[in-house]
Amino acid sequence: MPNLKDLKNRIESVKSTRKITKAMQMVAAAKLRRAQESAESARPYAERFNAVMAGLAVSVGGSDSAPKLLRGTGSDDVHLLVVMTAERGLCGGFNGNIAKLARAKAGELRANGKTVKILTVGKKGRDAIKRDYGDMFVGHVDLSDVKRLGYANAQDIAKDVLTRFDAGDFDVATIFYSKFENVVTQIPTAQQIIPASFEETEGGDDSGAIFDYEPSEEAILADLLPKGVATAIFSALLENAASEQGARMSAMDNATRNAGEMIDKLTIQFNRSRQAVITNELIEIISGAEAL
Amino acid sequence: MANTMQFDLVSPERSLASLQVSAVQIPGADGDMTAMPDHAPTITTLRPGVLKAEGPEGTTEYLVTGGFAQINGDGLSVLAEKAIPVDEVTRAHLDELIAEARGAHEASQEHPSIVDEAAKLLADMEALGDHMSL
Repeated sequence: MPNLKDLKNRIESVKSTRKITKAMQMVAAAKLRRAQESAESARPYAERFNAVMAGLAVSVGGSDSAPKLLRGTGSDDVHLLVVMTAERGLCGGFNGNIAKLARAKAGELRANGKTVKILTVGKKGRDAIKRDYGDMFVGHVDLSDVKRLGYANAQDIAKDVLTRFDAGDFDVATIFYSKFENVVTQIPTAQQIIPASFEETEGGDDSGAIFDYEPSEEAILADLLPKGVATAIFSALLENAASEQGARMSAMDNATRNAGEMIDKLTIQFNRSRQAVITNELIEIISGAEAL
Repeated sequence: MANTMQFDLVSPERSLASLQVSAVQIPGADGDMTAMPDHAPTITTLRPGVLKAEGPEGTTEYLVTGGFAQINGDGLSVLAEKAIPVDEVTRAHLDELIAEARGAHEASQEHPSIVDEAAKLLADMEALGDHMSL
């Protein structure tokens, strides 16, 4: 049985751990609210953008003159995986799940004889993938000193991706991020951004309307497709930010609860040991008295 | 005939305006145009400039760069990459935009096809400054 002093120290240390996890949980809750707000205010833009793009893609997509970003390069030999994770850990399975999905995809592509290149956003994902696929890294985007995610951050990443695409470095680009469902559920998602694919919005409010395009459909499409890449990356970054905070909040909630249980258990053990010590001392005194 | 229509101005980061207006002047890529209720459905890309929305409560102006406008008979949505209400625009904002345009202009020297475009962008930016007398 451990002695009393050790137990006492142990209880103190678990208590201070609980304080830390509790504080982290509260910080995450506050940040989550902000992240959710910005994710929500970004939604109208992305929705309308995709609706217009879907319409344009349908009318222009079939022709050979369609921009490469929509049509693809004609092959799919080289894949670029953009893996977006958090800069910091202690958020449950958040980083691990995204990395797992990306690793599975990279393994599958490689088994099919494709070339895989990986661009990482966020330090944690880079560390997680480095061991298996470190030789495929082509770049890294560091967001650790970004206080508040802005569209400019997404634009920078998009510019990087587009430059590589224009240089013919890859044929297909996929982004990996975590979709924010609610505080306990975040779904790791893979989304192909190049060539662009737009979901047909069924029964959209503009269905049936025939638009005049100015300058021309092709010119608009060529202008908007690169913006579409930035928009997709921006939404993914925001979803990721909300997911990270959500995951951290529930992870820290669990940790706080575990610490509480641990403290209860240790306290019972401590009290029992103390009782045993007292009983022992009493027995010694009594038997000493009897011996006289 | 309806004399107002729904006007939405959204940027990637937030929605800036959603109100009833009677006319909106848009800096279209091929020239300015004014959309009024029952305008023919049109989609146009934007060049950097000032977007003017006239509503029953007065006129509001926004500095917009990049993006497009979608006009329906009964409404108008403008999706701009950057949109700032004109009264909040400072010289610093403008300098940043001009610097960006100038950078693009210089970078484009090697590709003659887009040099005109970039020069136009630069000129647009500088004209914008004059217009707002900053």
